Amino acid sequence: MATTPAAPKTNRVGLAVLDYRGGKTTLCAGCGHNAISERIIDALYEMGVQPERVAKLSGIGCSSKSPAYFLSRAHSFNSVHGRMPSVATGAVLANRGLMALGVSGDGDTASIGIGQFIHLMRRNLPIIYIIEDNGVYGLTKGQFSATADLGSKLKTGVINELPPIDTCELAISLGATFVGRSFSGDKRQLHAMLKAAISHKGTVLLDVISPCVTFNDHEGSTKSYKYAKDHDEPLQEINFIPAFEDIAVEYDPGTTVEVTMHDGSRLRLRKLEEDYDPTNKIQAITRLNEAKEKEEMLTGVLYVNTQAPTFLDMLNITDEPLATLPVSVVRPGREVLEQVMEELR
Amino acid sequence: MATTDVGLHESAGRAARVPVVNNMSIQVATVNGSGSQSSNTVLLRSIFQMGVPVSGKNLFPSNIAGLPTWYTIRANKDGYVARKKEIDFLVAMNAETARDDVMSLAPEAAVLYDEPLKLSSLRDDLVFYTVPFDKLVAPVCPEAKLRKLVKNMIYVGVVAKLLDLEMAELEIAIRRQFAKKVKAANLNFAAVQAGFDYAATLTKNDPYRIERMDKTQGKIIVDGNAASALGCVFAGVTVLSWYPITPSSSLAESTIEYLKRFRVGPDGKATFAVVQAEDELAAIGMVVGAGWAGARAMTTTSGPGISLMSEFAGLSYYAEIPAVVWDIQRVGPSTGLPTRTSQADILSTAFLSHGDTKHIMLFPSSPHECFEMAIAAFNLAEKFQTLVFVMSDLDLGMNNWMSDPFPYPEKPIERGKVLTKDDLDKLGSFSRYKDMDGDAIGYRTLPGTQHPAAAYFTRGSGHNADAQYSEKPEDYEANMERLQRKFEHARSFVPAPIVHTAANAEIGIIAFGSSHWAITESRDQLRDEHKLATDYLRIRAFPFAPEVTDFVRSHKRVYVVEQNRDAQMFSLLKLDLDGDLVPRLRSVARLDGLPLDARSVTDEIAAMEEK
Repeated sequence: MATTPAAPKTNRVGLAVLDYRGGKTTLCAGCGHNAISERIIDALYEMGVQPERVAKLSGIGCSSKSPAYFLSRAHSFNSVHGRMPSVATGAVLANRGLMALGVSGDGDTASIGIGQFIHLMRRNLPIIYIIEDNGVYGLTKGQFSATADLGSKLKTGVINELPPIDTCELAISLGATFVGRSFSGDKRQLHAMLKAAISHKGTVLLDVISPCVTFNDHEGSTKSYKYAKDHDEPLQEINFIPAFEDIAVEYDPGTTVEVTMHDGSRLRLRKLEEDYDPTNKIQAITRLNEAKEKEEMLTGVLYVNTQAPTFLDMLNITDEPLATLPVSVVRPGREVLEQVMEELR
Repeated sequence: MATTDVGLHESAGRAARVPVVNNMSIQVATVNGSGSQSSNTVLLRSIFQMGVPVSGKNLFPSNIAGLPTWYTIRANKDGYVARKKEIDFLVAMNAETARDDVMSLAPEAAVLYDEPLKLSSLRDDLVFYTVPFDKLVAPVCPEAKLRKLVKNMIYVGVVAKLLDLEMAELEIAIRRQFAKKVKAANLNFAAVQAGFDYAATLTKNDPYRIERMDKTQGKIIVDGNAASALGCVFAGVTVLSWYPITPSSSLAESTIEYLKRFRVGPDGKATFAVVQAEDELAAIGMVVGAGWAGARAMTTTSGPGISLMSEFAGLSYYAEIPAVVWDIQRVGPSTGLPTRTSQADILSTAFLSHGDTKHIMLFPSSPHECFEMAIAAFNLAEKFQTLVFVMSDLDLGMNNWMSDPFPYPEKPIERGKVLTKDDLDKLGSFSRYKDMDGDAIGYRTLPGTQHPAAAYFTRGSGHNADAQYSEKPEDYEANMERLQRKFEHARSFVPAPIVHTAANAEIGIIAFGSSHWAITESRDQLRDEHKLATDYLRIRAFPFAPEVTDFVRSHKRVYVVEQNRDAQMFSLLKLDLDGDLVPRLRSVARLDGLPLDARSVTDEIAAMEEK
């Protein structure tokens, strides 16, 4: 080549956005999940996360395939249906230095995986749990999932007669410390929420409404692009200022809530609802229930708590990854065995 | 050596009976929750301290308080520690079962009973000792609410006197049992003394006696679960995720106890993580996640848990993720008999999960092997990048066994084929599932390895050698054939069988796990009572080592003895052996929930041989 192309733009760890890409998606064109993958790539790139530090985890379903479509330079584990939380838990315990990024779907989470989901939320393990929520089982061709709203209609005309499980409400009441809902079509909001999620220490639950263009994007569906746009009720306008960007901008505490994240980053929430306080658990749950009655799709940061201890704090695990502790640390000495033998004599 | 109780069967007049020394089984029938466990442990340890080989087996209900429980102590000068079918000396403390307990005894047995039970009129071919427990307990234990517990210590004193146990040894055992509670120790010792003094007024009419010998020098007493736990701690376990289930819970709990004692750094931080999971699905999921990320991970469970772990077992096999699963087998199917022992998870575990799946299994037969196989299991799991199931059982896991002290593991920990950043700097890249070394084992990297070529995609779906998604028939076939070669390769690395031979033996016995102790005794019975010499091969792992085939080939008939209904090991052998060898196999499969006894094995083999 005669000329050297201009060096690509890089982030603070010296990587280009290309270094965060994955394989080519095999999901349907227009699938909300692909947009979420794009936002994940952008957020990780902008936050300067070293890709090798990330562990991608998923269960089974369309959503769970998506870790193949971003961040090829990170290890990934596409496990079994509904069991991503336990696999993620084990991985983080083995190596607390990993940034665990779990991707699941509404079926994977709210039906077959509800037990593991609930218990993961209780532990406040540091993990980002993203639900790519479309209200249907895509890979098995469009049956309702447990997040489908009452009265929502399938393409075949079948009406959902069972109440939905609100994963955000569950997560808040059980102990997750960063809970938000977003929409795959709201690029700006999702992007800011993902960046905040990356700097949070504790369990992050992001329920992202992500329409299924093939099985649930029609008139009568409450998880279609049109329905989401018409019913989206954002709580805040979200701005995220990473710790490494030392920007001082004044804000009005009357109209804006600022949350300082564990790493010093600032999450700035300009209130669209005057009285909403995202650090108030009870209010969050009440507001979610109100939204259900009003048929609103409430989005934004529903709840955040940067003070709660994580599961790793509770276990008091050593700072080094357990996975690579040397034998001198994990095998007690000869005198210890002799002592125990003496006790049993 | 003779193994039957000569004195028991041949005597006519009681006074003329030949003394039976260091050869008896004592059964204590009580109600669970009555504190009899301490009393029985004191008895067991006192006999042990007098140098007499001993074993203790607890037959308990699936209940916390109020149901019948039996504890059997066997003392045997020849070192037989399997369950003995016949009871020689019954301590009847439970009104509910006393009648049945007495009626089931063989003639000439001794019965010590609580006075109000009025048992002596039931039979005239037994020796009865009446003890007024309530009268004896009142003076030693002024506190009425403790009497129920202390009463059980009185029978210890009575038995001790009748069997000639040394009071000094009883005191040592009591002080040990109530280590830091001096008051409790004093109270209990006073109760033993009261029983002892009362027994001095009785006329001894039974032939049973304990006499000091020297066969327990240097030995320890331990249950298999504690031994397994200790093995795991010395194997360097770093992640334990478990869900409580009898009879495995004490394995997890002992592990936790040892970890807290011995694996907390000088900075107060743990070099381990323990999670009590929400169910067995989560327990195995965490272990698989941890194994994937490089931890030495394990879970402990029993049959129902194994069933629930099935899907993850297939994932672990196919995606090649190391971890250790302890199956402390109990009686199924379903809830079955949760507090009784079996070896009935063999077939379901060998092929646990759907598709063509198979797993490495290890079969410890003693606490010593529980310890050693814990270490072997972690090494094999990481070497072969797969689950390793350690198939213990309730009898081995929860009962007290005499054992030689465990040797310190001299060999280094084997972490298997793991590529580090430095390796990748040299290699440039790697293929996760490619057979580079001819042993069918690929190289793996751990998440978090700081190298741009370190990552690979782990999946339970079809994949090629580069861990990429593939539905191509040739990729699927090649991968499954490699997994098969890997499994075959494991045959030479799993613990080899142990063979015991006899002169001119034409028939062989194959057994495994806790059945070992009954087999050892049964071989002596077959030789002494039926002039039948037997060779014996004890299987210690699946896949079977090549020695198993050789053993079957060199015997006319081979009896496969196991504790289940469906002859599961026999079936597994039939699948594995060359077709011409299969007709040589005979099955002795028994399951009533009780630990295997020698007499049952001897009778069945002898009957089949006489046909």
